[in-house]
Amino acid sequence: MSKKDLATGPFNLLSFARAVADGEIEVVDLSHTLAPDFPTIVMPPELGQCAPFRMEEISRYDGRGPAWYWNNISMGEHTGTHFDAPIHWVSGKDLPDASVDAIPASSFIAPACVIDASRQSAADPDFVLTIADVEAWETRHGRIPPRNWVLLRTDWSKRSGRDFVNLGEDGSHSPGPGPNVMRWLAEERDIHGFGTETIGTDAGQAFHFNPPYPAHYYMHGKGRYGLQCLTNLDRLPPTGAVILAAPLKIRKGSGSPLRVLALVLKKEVQARESWTR
Amino acid sequence: MTEPLVRPKRKNPLKKTREPLLPQAARSRTALGLTAAAAEGRFQLQICADCAAVIYPPRDACPRCLSPRIPFKDARNDGVLLAETTIRASTDVYFRERVPWRIGVVQLDSGPTVVAHLHGGVREGERVKLEFKLDKSGQAVAVALPPTEALNMEADLQWRELTCDPKYRRVLVTDGRGPVGQAMARAMSDAEASIVFVGVADPWKPFPGEAALGKIPRVEIVPLDVTDTTSIEDIAGEIGPRVDILINTAEHVRAGGVIERKSLAVAREEMEIRYFGLTRLAQSFGAILRARGADGVNSAAAFVNLLSIYALANWPAYGAFSATEAACLSAAQSIRTELREGGIKVVNVFSGPLDTEWYQTVPPPRVTPVALASAVLNALRRGLEDVFVGDVAEDIRARLSVNPKAVERELGS
Amino acid sequence: MAAPRMAYDGVVATAPVTIPYRRYSTNSAHWWIGRAVRAVLQLAELKPADIDGLSVSSFTIGPDTAVGLTQHLGLSPRWLDHVPLGGASGFVGLRRAARAVQCGDAEFVVCVAGDTNHVDSFRRTLSTFSRFAQDAVYPYGSGGPNAGFALITRNYMKRYGATREDFGKICVAQRENALKFPYALMKKPLTLEDYLNARAISDPVHLFDCVMPCAGAEAFLVCREDRARSLGLKATRILATIERHNAFPDDPIQIRGGWAMDASELYAMAGIKASEVDFLETYDDYPVICMMQMEDLGFCAKGEGPDFVRANSFTTDGSFPHNTSGGQLSVGQAGAAGGYLGLVEAVRQLSGAALGAPVAGARIGLVAGFGMITYDRGLSSGAAVLARMDG
Repeated sequence: MSKKDLATGPFNLLSFARAVADGEIEVVDLSHTLAPDFPTIVMPPELGQCAPFRMEEISRYDGRGPAWYWNNISMGEHTGTHFDAPIHWVSGKDLPDASVDAIPASSFIAPACVIDASRQSAADPDFVLTIADVEAWETRHGRIPPRNWVLLRTDWSKRSGRDFVNLGEDGSHSPGPGPNVMRWLAEERDIHGFGTETIGTDAGQAFHFNPPYPAHYYMHGKGRYGLQCLTNLDRLPPTGAVILAAPLKIRKGSGSPLRVLALVLKKEVQARESWTR
Repeated sequence: MTEPLVRPKRKNPLKKTREPLLPQAARSRTALGLTAAAAEGRFQLQICADCAAVIYPPRDACPRCLSPRIPFKDARNDGVLLAETTIRASTDVYFRERVPWRIGVVQLDSGPTVVAHLHGGVREGERVKLEFKLDKSGQAVAVALPPTEALNMEADLQWRELTCDPKYRRVLVTDGRGPVGQAMARAMSDAEASIVFVGVADPWKPFPGEAALGKIPRVEIVPLDVTDTTSIEDIAGEIGPRVDILINTAEHVRAGGVIERKSLAVAREEMEIRYFGLTRLAQSFGAILRARGADGVNSAAAFVNLLSIYALANWPAYGAFSATEAACLSAAQSIRTELREGGIKVVNVFSGPLDTEWYQTVPPPRVTPVALASAVLNALRRGLEDVFVGDVAEDIRARLSVNPKAVERELGS
Repeated sequence: MAAPRMAYDGVVATAPVTIPYRRYSTNSAHWWIGRAVRAVLQLAELKPADIDGLSVSSFTIGPDTAVGLTQHLGLSPRWLDHVPLGGASGFVGLRRAARAVQCGDAEFVVCVAGDTNHVDSFRRTLSTFSRFAQDAVYPYGSGGPNAGFALITRNYMKRYGATREDFGKICVAQRENALKFPYALMKKPLTLEDYLNARAISDPVHLFDCVMPCAGAEAFLVCREDRARSLGLKATRILATIERHNAFPDDPIQIRGGWAMDASELYAMAGIKASEVDFLETYDDYPVICMMQMEDLGFCAKGEGPDFVRANSFTTDGSFPHNTSGGQLSVGQAGAAGGYLGLVEAVRQLSGAALGAPVAGARIGLVAGFGMITYDRGLSSGAAVLARMDG
């Protein structure tokens, strides 16, 4: 299977499968492992909380089940690496096909634009992405096409524990998009959804924005999606990756933990160095 | 005079651990009236309602007037030690490995003579005060003590068999994130526990008092989440054999009745932290605690539950919470029996509303975390099993013993 | 004023039997008792069908009581008594059987006490002995009667000035008597030095203050005097008996037994004075109790026990023959048979059939019993005055 075939040959699913098997197409896992110690979003104590991931063994080749090992698991819809559906937010509650079970399956495969704000986020945990930041990115990589994911790379996934959540007395401090850029991405660029490495698609201090939590507000208000707690965004090219993100088919679900995969052409992985500008 | 308690040396890892044994547990039903009193640290004897005779040993008819009305009542406990002996040979395996063991006959000022264990500080012919304490079998036994607190009381080896003093023992406080756990850690450190392990869940989430907690002498913070089976299994595997006293301070308090408090997610969280948390702790630490019940000066000694008094009588304003506490109480009773063969005491400490944020709108009297910790320390030092802390808890307990249905109506009004 | 006690005219005790004791036995109490009953029948040349009365004392025939033994041994008595009174079983069994025979309710009553001793018998007996022991004594060091009587001994020593030497003298004399008794389990001589230096069991009780639990059985026959004569049996008259339970409950620690309440009635009924007694068999679970019996049965005043012991000698040829076969302290305590030991020895001495050293010219013997320490004191006490049949 030659690169030429990939780029210009007739569209062929079998050759696609072979390319994955051969490694010509690399599958990058953008998901964290679901484990009890992964932080969850913290709501004010008097409000309902998202359940953390928990696992209870049913049996382990023992008296409870001699030849098998299995577990019961429990978690919230928004635990760990997860997908947000439009129905999750008040702005999307009345839209059609707004819950995870109703979203068309074709929406679970889409290309991604990856915007690298890792340097800025390292310098300032409260970094806010602006329209100017995105326009600067477009100057180098071209206009963001319609129905593409926009993934905000901050390298925040390399942090863990306390540094990852970064809670202070006034709440969490983590990077995210401002209200103006989110309205602009929704209305002017028709993006498929917004994805981040942090807990939540919004900045840690987004409660104080206007509107509060603009990524949720504008994405779900337009019937689009969110992805969060992503990792390995630093292995993706600025454009050209295709994301597979299919949430569990939960009746009337607002989201679910899921395996987010990115398909990347190997040659572009090898040219990774050029992406860090 | 009792010599001061000596800090135990490090355990020799090649020596077999002494297995726990128990003194004989059989008692007549009437004699269990002494056990009920001893569990709370009360001194009660049967006093005839018809002729006022003070009666011992416990029985079913007054030996003076044959009246069957001989209830247990609070009684005076002072007397004289008439004679003593030091037992050097016993047919019972528990005592056989603990001789020489002093016992004596005390004549109470109120009349009866009582065979009693003797604290090292009492002498034949001298005044003593008698207390009923729970022995390793969980049954009441009489102990003759000096009338006033003597030096190094806690160092007497016979006394140490009857109590759970944290001095030179290693304590695990399961949750240090809140004021109760932090006060508990400080109280145990002040009581000269040799290590105070303090469990902290969600290390990524800061909490008030965190800095001060780490500075308390001999405190070691350990990861522990009572809602996560693996977390508890891991920490039990790591420190289990070094835990002599476990104090479960993991709490979850939310107002609301069963119908009124709509969110089942909160109820689930509540049961997860309180009931399943207790279950996990007992399952992971129970066996090792039991096995070490006779393991020297710093033997495993106690499993302490902090319970709401409303476990005994539901308060509908906190009705769902009360129900969860009731589940914890019943579980604690099972755990109490299951740990008994190791001579481990399960201590249930009941309090009314605490002076903490989730009881914010409840009017006083409320129990402060420091007062609660102090009550736990007192219970451990005195070997108590059922402890009621603060005015509200004592009030509910007193009213329950008179008319439980009245309590139900009054708490609901 | 109590009604005058009716005399035991025409009733005798005869056919004294001891089944030699063993330290441990794998046999049951039923086996030991069966052997004793058979020995009585052989001695009296009677058949089982002749036995129409049975009195049984044992700690280890559970789950049976006396009635179980009737079927077990093939007897069909018309009078049956189960006497679970330990060291008081002898005189209690005797006096009840005597009245039954006297009134014609039975003709030949076998009185038997026997116990086995498995390796765990003693511990099991102690731990379930009585409700008060279970509730209020056993959990306190489980020292058994040794600890209880240590407290009594300690108190007595403080109050009346008795010394360990005084108690030792009693034990040493009993051992000397025992050396001539063929069934005694203790066969080595005992010196006062041995006694004093022996290891402490529960201060101030030391090794030689304690009986050795063992397996064994003792028995005798109660019948009318004319029946004994016609069978050619040497027998013993019963002059008087007393019995008391839970005497002096207000004494904070036991310093006296029920004998102090009833001794004058004993002598009045027997028509004798204490000075006419030729030998005394006391219940010797501990030497302090022997001393109490000497006081309470009128041989000296209360508190003068130590002086009395110092002034007398207690071997069979001494000034005051006491526990003439060696007592339980030297022969062994075969459970409830310990309550029969003194009685059976007295019947032998008075019928000229002593197995060990005889008390020369013995005409009148006093046998005391004591037992059932359920809480902090022995509850049961009593005594019998026996006399040689022909004098």
